[in-house]
Amino acid sequence: MSEFIEKWLPQFQQATVETFQMVGISLLFSIIIGIPLGILLVLSRPGQALDNKWLNHLLNLVVNIVRSVPFIILLFFILPFTKLIVGTTIGVQGVIVPLVIYTSPYIARLMETALLEVENGVVEAYTAMGIKTRHIIWNVMLREARPSIILGLTIATVSLVGATAMAGLVGAGGLGDLAYRYGHLRYEVDVMYVTIFILIILVQSIQSLGNRLATRLKKD
Amino acid sequence: MIILENVSKVFTVKSKEVKAVNDANIHVKKGEIHGVIGYSGAGKSTLIRCVNLLERPTSGKIVINGEEITALSPNKLGATRQKIGMIFQGFNLLKTATVYDNIAIPLKLLGVNKEEVKVRTNKYLAIVGLQDKHHHYPSQLSVGQKQRVAIARALAQEPEILLSDEATSALDPETTDSILDLLLKINEEFGITILLITHEMNVIQKICDYVYVLEGGSIVEQGTTIGLFTNPSHQTTKKFLNTISQRNLSATLISQLNLSGSVIRLTFTGLVTGKPLLAEVSQKFNVKPNILAANIIELKNGVIGNLVVHIIGEKSDVESTLCFLQEQGVGTEELRDEN
Repeated sequence: MSEFIEKWLPQFQQATVETFQMVGISLLFSIIIGIPLGILLVLSRPGQALDNKWLNHLLNLVVNIVRSVPFIILLFFILPFTKLIVGTTIGVQGVIVPLVIYTSPYIARLMETALLEVENGVVEAYTAMGIKTRHIIWNVMLREARPSIILGLTIATVSLVGATAMAGLVGAGGLGDLAYRYGHLRYEVDVMYVTIFILIILVQSIQSLGNRLATRLKKD
Repeated sequence: MIILENVSKVFTVKSKEVKAVNDANIHVKKGEIHGVIGYSGAGKSTLIRCVNLLERPTSGKIVINGEEITALSPNKLGATRQKIGMIFQGFNLLKTATVYDNIAIPLKLLGVNKEEVKVRTNKYLAIVGLQDKHHHYPSQLSVGQKQRVAIARALAQEPEILLSDEATSALDPETTDSILDLLLKINEEFGITILLITHEMNVIQKICDYVYVLEGGSIVEQGTTIGLFTNPSHQTTKKFLNTISQRNLSATLISQLNLSGSVIRLTFTGLVTGKPLLAEVSQKFNVKPNILAANIIELKNGVIGNLVVHIIGEKSDVESTLCFLQEQGVGTEELRDEN
């Protein structure tokens, strides 16, 4: 047992850190892109503040196209683009770009759903008071949707953890890569079990944290 | 104060045109309470939403305080909207904000300074009787209390006009009454002009000075509340009046009673008479009045008494009786079996 720990601990530590890095950084960028995109998806709908059929169609098309491509394909498909943005196609840096591109439209869809749950009546009440649209987006729509937004981001984070497992293919490391290389390719079953256990704990914690935060924000 | 001139709103649903509001003319003077009554689908909601341009009318003019808002730029429209408070059937409060914040947040967003936000929020919560609920969330309140928060929110903008979109329709009768009392108080104390829409005749009865009856998007009858209650002409108006007092008898009953006389509805306005008119009638003419039904309706600006009487006697005697009653200022209407 202690032998196992001694042998593998540094590897697990490094893999966990890499996973956290990949998830953390790409989540941050995906939120920065995904939330405004989600807001735009809602606002460009017919009858909303920025009612624009073409913009709405275009956004939906883009989101759907990106969402249709499996991550493993996306990873290779956009290699030139990745190179252009971060200057490399390997390592943690190399995988952040495809992860962001993969997750942003997903977050945008989740945000769209969350924002659509907000009663249109409240938005209307604020419009009737003469309050500006940008204030309404921030203080009514995003505020009221907070619990659903948190739950949506929780789902996105968990799926991001899953996607990072494929990062090994471009040498970015991470827990998934560890399980695949040692556990699967080299038949070190113990390593696989431990990795899965760590991933279970990770996903559980993310979900519980999300649920608790959402419950605290929900007042009805 | 509020003028709607030839306002129409046409919706296009599946390439078919639906006229939700058809050439509506409304004129509410400062400090008055006007009500629009109609069944669901009559276009009342669309009509009131046109007043602050939540719905832009297809044609027609809307003038608020002498300013034609249908011609305003979006920026100026915002400023005018601040002078128009609005309350809704569904309250439309922020679920994630406390009662206090529900009033304070819009004020902050409208650029009211911090101190003033505090003062106003406290003041108007006290006016609607919720001074002890500052830290509650809407989900912890009763529906009546929620509507009070919504009213406080509208008042805190210190508007000159209040629009009420079925504000009491989701409330039970007792809560409805307390909200109507509150609206009356607001109207009297702050001089706020109110335009409301409703499908409940008792709302009109209790607080309105003037009524518009809306059907199929058109105003089919309008008048002062007393005028409409004493002398309704349109069928829809009569139907609405039936909801608060039984005005019609069945055709079979009337035809039966008509064999021995006439069925007459007498309307007394403002408790005109101290005289025992029916007793007098039976002495003066060869008729015997038999009271079938009676009620009294208290309106905002007066009282109306209704009496349905079976006057037993010869046709000519009945006719001279009616003439006499009319001379005494009593409204008479013969009920016939065809209605």
